[in-house]
Amino acid sequence: MKYVIAVIRPHKLEDVKAELEKEEVHLMTVTDALGCGRQKGVTEVYRGVREVGNLLRKVKLEIAVNDNFLERTISAITRGAREGQIGDGKIFVMDLAECVRISTGERGGEAIG
Amino acid sequence: MINYADTVWMLISTALVMIMTPTLAFFYGGLVRKKNVLSVLMQTIVVLAVVSLQWVLVGYSLAFGPDLGGVIGAFNYFGLVGVGMDPLPGQSIPHQLFVLFQMMFAIITPALIIGAFVERIKFSGFLAFILLWTTLIYDPMAHWVWASGGWLAGLGALDFAGGTVIHILAGISALVMALLLGKREGLNGGHSPHNLPLSVLGAGFLWFGWFGFNAGSALSVGPVAVSAFLNTNTAAAAAAVTWMVMDWVVNRVPTVLGVITGLVAGLVAITPAAGYVTPLASIAIGAAGSIFGFIFVTKVKMKFGYDDSLDVFGVHGIAGIVGALMTGLFATKTINSAGADGLFYGNPHQLLVQALAVGVAIAFAAAGTFVIFKIVDLVVGMRVDVREEHVGLDLTQHHESGYTLME
Repeated sequence: MKYVIAVIRPHKLEDVKAELEKEEVHLMTVTDALGCGRQKGVTEVYRGVREVGNLLRKVKLEIAVNDNFLERTISAITRGAREGQIGDGKIFVMDLAECVRISTGERGGEAIG
Repeated sequence: MINYADTVWMLISTALVMIMTPTLAFFYGGLVRKKNVLSVLMQTIVVLAVVSLQWVLVGYSLAFGPDLGGVIGAFNYFGLVGVGMDPLPGQSIPHQLFVLFQMMFAIITPALIIGAFVERIKFSGFLAFILLWTTLIYDPMAHWVWASGGWLAGLGALDFAGGTVIHILAGISALVMALLLGKREGLNGGHSPHNLPLSVLGAGFLWFGWFGFNAGSALSVGPVAVSAFLNTNTAAAAAAVTWMVMDWVVNRVPTVLGVITGLVAGLVAITPAAGYVTPLASIAIGAAGSIFGFIFVTKVKMKFGYDDSLDVFGVHGIAGIVGALMTGLFATKTINSAGADGLFYGNPHQLLVQALAVGVAIAFAAAGTFVIFKIVDLVVGMRVDVREEHVGLDLTQHHESGYTLME
């Protein structure tokens, strides 16, 4: 089992969700996030005071998948989120030790889907 | 002669109409995405400031200066030179107070159009558009309908508080803007309003301000003002209930956004009729404005796919047309001896005159907005680029954010 974390542009969320649907990945957790990578932050001005390098709005997706779904998930996120420029975001993949479905008590691969 | 009771009422009414513009900002602001909330508030507040100056410098003179051939006012009142306190013929309030009351109408009309082009317009292009539109479209139209000597007023068209001059003009211009500017990027089937409570606050205070808008349009204290006040409230109520019921029946659920959209449609529809009809007629007019608004907002827009983002055409344009035509049905001299009788009171001619005024407003708004858009688009540019649209207008046009995610 793998745990996939993706940080993407907010306006790409709908596209990424659509691509994931096509690959039959339906379960995910989505949060608002702030961040900056190679893309510079934004400059804001309040009553003449410039605030340089404020963090940019991003969206963070977290998806738990079985191993055979991993590549499909990565390629779906990439297809949906890519504009070909810095700021498109990153995907992180981690090993997942355990997964429990609370309502039934199922564990492991069965509990993920 | 100045009547001081009338003067007090008109001072209050002027302030009531003024509050409608910042209130409209919140009505619209709550409906956009959070990355664009400030841009909408900014545009609305800036209209208040810019058109105030335009009105003092040239607008009032073009709209209400001495008539030139029924088409436009002469330059005599530029900078309000020579506009004093003596009332105009047939009025009982200081001339400068009339200037002020009309100023608030000139402000809210272009502000209404903002709802059609939110989330994608360039601020500089917006400013140029608003100034040109107010000067070249609103001011002449106000002259035609309201100034003594205006050619539509001469034909006997009834427009108590601005159904034609304000709502049809703004609504049609909004549709043209939405068509020319194109849809917002990457929105298939819209999005959820980011803060509906703001919009409810805005709608509530629009209803409040509209008492000044309609009852103030009597320009005096008396039976006509009271009649307009009662009709305004009644039509808003009828329209809110009508929309709620339609929502419940058609979409299976009564929604908050439905009720506030409905009440605005009712206020729009009663505007041209407010001082000419009975309370029962105002129920019919409010309900009809709501029904036709509902059809255009929920069905026609989907079918044709134009991005009239906050339904300025669907609500103000359509309910404005419904109200202007129904004034030709329900108007009666028993309510206002200075008005006219409509079709239901034995005068079918009035309906034809109303239809003519509606047609003129539609044609003038559509053609004028088209030309102004093309010129501004060429010289300044009207639309932000795609990347700016994705980041949002707050950050790209004003370098500020409406909300922080964390301190």
